[in-house]
Amino acid sequence: MPITEIVLVTVLILLAPFSIAGISLINTGMGRSRSAAHSLLTSLCIFAVAAGAYVICGFAWQGYIGAPAHVFVAAGRQWNWLARGPFFLRGIDFNDAPISLALCLQIFSVGLAALIPLGACLDRWKLSAACASTALFAGWTYPLFAHWVWGGGWLAQLGINADMGHGVIDAGGSGTIHAVGGLTALSVAWILGPRRGKYSLEGMPTAIPGHNAVLILFGCFLSLLGWLGLNSAGAILFTGAAPGRVALIAINTTLAAGAAILAAVVITGLRFGRPDVSISANGWIGGLVASSASCAFVSPIEAFVIGAIAGALVTYSVEWFELHFGIDDPGGAISVHALGGIWGLLAVAIFASFPASQVGIGAGRFGAVSTRDAGQALAQIVAIATLIGFVLPLTYGLNFALNRVWPQRVAIEGERQGLDLYEFGAGAYPDFVTHSEEFGQFR
Amino acid sequence: MKLAGFLLLLAGWAIVVAAVVLLIPPNMRAIFVLAGVGVEIIGLTLVIRSNPLAVREKE
Repeated sequence: MPITEIVLVTVLILLAPFSIAGISLINTGMGRSRSAAHSLLTSLCIFAVAAGAYVICGFAWQGYIGAPAHVFVAAGRQWNWLARGPFFLRGIDFNDAPISLALCLQIFSVGLAALIPLGACLDRWKLSAACASTALFAGWTYPLFAHWVWGGGWLAQLGINADMGHGVIDAGGSGTIHAVGGLTALSVAWILGPRRGKYSLEGMPTAIPGHNAVLILFGCFLSLLGWLGLNSAGAILFTGAAPGRVALIAINTTLAAGAAILAAVVITGLRFGRPDVSISANGWIGGLVASSASCAFVSPIEAFVIGAIAGALVTYSVEWFELHFGIDDPGGAISVHALGGIWGLLAVAIFASFPASQVGIGAGRFGAVSTRDAGQALAQIVAIATLIGFVLPLTYGLNFALNRVWPQRVAIEGERQGLDLYEFGAGAYPDFVTHSEEFGQFR
Repeated sequence: MKLAGFLLLLAGWAIVVAAVVLLIPPNMRAIFVLAGVGVEIIGLTLVIRSNPLAVREKE
């Protein structure tokens, strides 16, 4: 790897933590004020546990393109299903090898993916349970699917083994980061159940608005910065996009987010009479999520269309999940990340084209180079089928088992008091929150 | 019902994987992949319908 490329990718990777900060702020703003400190501290703890679990065993199972792996042979072809690296990062060359850059990016990616479930489980997820669930996620669920797509696994091999285009293409992680995180969010939200008071006895949902719109919208700005780094670095490292395409990736990412928030503002404005802040913010993130998979392989106009569709999808699905499916998702994580991510994978099949100059170590290694390929659509559908048919049952099963040995939901008293007071003994806004019984004590 | 839904999800994925790994003709492979996705959709519907709040809302 040339030194200029290493410097560029390093700078891009160092932008990625902004996406973690952005999603943390959005989650906090979407929750109740009495659980605000809990939300932010849990975000930090989740990131810490995710990084630790990933370093201990996650990267060993995820691996990198060309690294040793377990394979099985079927119909005369070799299928790579799990990496065979050493635990604790032993043997990694931290000089100028792409594997060290990929590892660095992956630590931030797994941290971001692990944060996603918190958005769906605000105000009722115990800190200890969130950390335990994250350890399972970062140590097993995430690395497994990431290996299949980014580590030269069987989904990446679909191009060469099954003549399906370039194999699954997911440059910035629409499926690998967001859909996996979003499906885990769905699983945990199912297991925890809705917040107390969210649904009436007749099953009708009541509105529990987020407590701070400024945090939510500032989180959106920070997320854009992080996504520029994630999408660009991911495209270079995992799909072999040329470094010169960073400008196109940045334009596409911005346009997709912009189109998505405009779509959300217009749709909520038309439906409710005025634009809805939290749904519009969800639209923005949905556009970023959907842009990730195809960011290096579509034109700006196509990115705009992808984002607009993502914004509309998120706007309608947030209501759909709450009203018709009985799922309480305060942060909109399931709609934004699971549906947005799946749409992003599908968008590759519909919009992306792959001239020879755009592919290298990733897609080029595993598939023939062409412009558009009908097999590419099938490869992307196989990836989506794997997410829904394998990752969802896996992550539900792991969290269900965890819930049996370590109940994940906070006690009723904790929900009534707020998680700040219940788990930490102090609130995030002590100057603004007053309780009548405290006045009674001091007057 | 939820368990049956998850089993159908896994069964659908198994059909998809089997089609990709074992079948050679592209049309046949595509048909079986789409059939597997169909089974997954049925499984997902069962899992979602098994949520007591979703059922109550329908009633």
